[in-house]
Formats: sequence, C-alpha cells, structure tokens
Amino acid sequence: MDGTRRGFFRAAVTVAGAAAGAAAAPGLAQGQEHQAIPSDLTLRVKSLESLLVDKGLVDRVALDRIVDAFETQIGPRNGARVVARAWVDPAYKKRLLTDASTAMEEIGFHRHQGEDIVALENTARIHNLVVCTLCSCYPWPLLGLPPVWYKSAPYRSRAVIDPRGVLKEFGVDIDADVEVRVWDSTAEVRYLVVPERPAGGERLTEAALAALVTRDSMIGTAKVTLDVTKAPA
Amino acid sequence: MNGVHDMGGMSGMGPIRHEPDEPTFHELWEGRVYALSRVLRTRRGLWNLDAFRHGLEVLPPVEYLRMSYYERWFAWMLTTLVAAGDVTQAEIESGKPSTGSPRKAVLVAPEAVSSMVDRRASARRDVAVVPRFKSGQRVRARNVHPSGHTRLPRYVRGKSGLVVLDRGVFLFPDTNAHLDGEKPQHLYSVRFAAREIWGDQASRRDLIHLDMWDDYLERV
Repeated sequence: MDGTRRGFFRAAVTVAGAAAGAAAAPGLAQGQEHQAIPSDLTLRVKSLESLLVDKGLVDRVALDRIVDAFETQIGPRNGARVVARAWVDPAYKKRLLTDASTAMEEIGFHRHQGEDIVALENTARIHNLVVCTLCSCYPWPLLGLPPVWYKSAPYRSRAVIDPRGVLKEFGVDIDADVEVRVWDSTAEVRYLVVPERPAGGERLTEAALAALVTRDSMIGTAKVTLDVTKAPA
Repeated sequence: MNGVHDMGGMSGMGPIRHEPDEPTFHELWEGRVYALSRVLRTRRGLWNLDAFRHGLEVLPPVEYLRMSYYERWFAWMLTTLVAAGDVTQAEIESGKPSTGSPRKAVLVAPEAVSSMVDRRASARRDVAVVPRFKSGQRVRARNVHPSGHTRLPRYVRGKSGLVVLDRGVFLFPDTNAHLDGEKPQHLYSVRFAAREIWGDQASRRDLIHLDMWDDYLERV
C-alpha cells in the first residue's frame, strides 16, 4: 500500500472524528445507542442529503424507494420460503444444501441474489450458528438488513468463543453431545441456516410452515416451534 | 489491522440485547444514511466494499465503540465524500453547494432502484488461478499482523485447521480496500476445532468455520 492511501485514511479519521464524534451521546452501551441518538444527527443527515440533492448526485425519490424496499419487501419472509420448501421437498433440500444459488432460482430468486449463499442444515446432532465477528455480513436478500444485536459487540465478540452460552441467552439449550458449528462470515459468502422442522407440524401446508420460520432460526439463534407465541422474531 | 472491530473472543462487551419486533430502521435518518450509502457505493475506487469496511475500521476505537451502526456509516460517508472531491468541508457545514460548483450527474435514478436494490456486486472473479491448497489438507492460518485492511481475524492466527472446500476465485480484500488491485485468489472454507482456538474451555465437539484466502494460509 502506498503512502497516499495511508494519508487518506489518516485524514479520514480526522474528518470523521470532527464530523460525527462530537454528536455522539456518551456512556451508552453497544446495542442500545439507537434509542438515544441525539436529534442533531437527524438534522445533519438531512443537511447532507439536501446538499447532495442540490449538487445533482442524489435523487430523493431513489432514496425513498431504497428505504421502502428494505422496509416492506426484502426481509426474512424470503428466507422462510426457502426453508419451508426444503422441509416439504427432500429433493429440493438436497439441491439447496449442495447448490443454494440454483435452488433459490427455482423459487423465483434471481441468480445474482443467490450467488455465494450457502445453506447449512440444523439436525438433531448438528447446530449451526452464523456470525460476522469483523463487521455485519448477513444474507440480506434472504433475511433483510440485520438486527442491531447481530451487528453489536456483545454478539460479535462472544458467538465464536462461547456459542453455547450465547445460545442459552437466546433460550436455546444445546445438549452436550450435539456438535455446534459456528460460521464466521469473513468473505463474500453468506450463510443461511435451515432450522429443524418442528415435530407435530406434519399436516401443515408449505405456506403455514413458512409462517413459523423466524429470522433468528435462520441465523441459528432460535429453534422453530409450532407455538408462534414463543417465537422471538 | 489489529483494530477494535476485530471482536471475536473479546470479553466484557455486555449482554446481547434482543429487541422483539425490531423495525428495519429505528430512526428516519438511519434509512436515509443506508439509502445514501447504497447510492454512493454504486461507484468504484474509494467506494468499493472493502474500502468502505476499512473506512469504518479506522474510526478511532473510542468512537467506533460509542457510535451506533449507521452513525459509523454517516461518519464514513462524510469523510469519503470529501476525500473523493464530491463536496468540501465548508459545504458540509453550510449544507449548500458553494457558488459556482458544477452540477453532477445523478448516480441512481428512481427507475433504476428496483433493478439495483436487491443486488450486490459479486466478489467472485472468473480468472484462472492455481489453488495453493486442496480440500482435506491441513493448513495453518498465518501469524501476520497487517497494518491495513484484512479479513483474517486475530483469534485464528497461528491456529491449525482443515480445508473443507475450495470456494473458487475471489478478489482479495486486503489489497482491494487500499486500491492496490484485486489480486484474485482461491478462497477456502477452513474448519477449526474450537479447542484448537480456545483451549479446554471449549467443547471438544465444537467447530468454527472461516472463509480464508490463499494468502492467509500456510502448509502445516
């Protein structure tokens, strides 16, 4: 790396510190900051947006549409469709576990969305858990944008060193003889956990099963239960 | 870099706060920052994904820990807009283009959103590169401490594992983040016994998988 690049990042620290540091509220723990963001940020983001619109770089309607897509279209219901199909169709499950991109295409996802997505099957003997210790990598075409806890220090720091303790905090007890496999998303490969199909739901339709599949179960921090009142998210 | 973002295995970060029925964005400004960043990152160079990640990592550690997720993104955005010459510090402060500043072409038109919003640029590269390792081979994560961007977490350096799968050729973030070229190379799924990394406190059954490039690995 050359000296110019170094210089850029050093300058970056200075500008970022001056621009954003002064606005942050002190003394807040990770994961709860979003509840106490100073209103100053609202004004400063608005000011930047209008500057970029006035410059011609940014179209406000395009921003509205991006926000709307993530608030109303791209979310865990996408992943739940994939999981429910795998539960009712063993041949589909096999294809999903060997080539998730092609399997996703079969039920209407475009290939580019599914590229480099890997599906991991939870069974009675193996429990998979996904984390990104370095940032916030997450299979967002299938699950939407990640929840705050997934992006925050407590989960990122502990999922790799104490996965069983973390799972317990989520209310998931793992027997000592079950193998826990943690997947740290260090590259551009995204992981989708296929949770175990709940016992007792044999007569449910594929759509009814999809409705039971929670976001957390596809990260590996929950099991799927027939009792939806017990499903956290 | 051995930054505070490299959190795997750290203690004392507190309990995991799970929020039932969490909204996509908690504040309006978060959605705007997300959308702005998606629009700006349609460009290359300084705006590439690895440079973006590194731009967050170089925030001062105290700031990194104190800021919320999208606050970090906002800080990165301001910095990069100035570095790229899109805006000046004075314009950020006034919120208005300075007199006579040229009007730029719009990066993403409203009609283009539906075709870009659920896509991400693939990091896979269709080039022939000879793999240095193969599945079933024992490998060791190199004990290196780059001062720039890397996706090799500290907790795994010097540890031995098993190549489970060759995932194909991907661009190398350590160089791409610094605009030093894509240096495409093979990426492997590598499996480590939890005990190899954490010692006896880990379950003997448990495993950790990481995706690792050729340059992160050496023969055992």
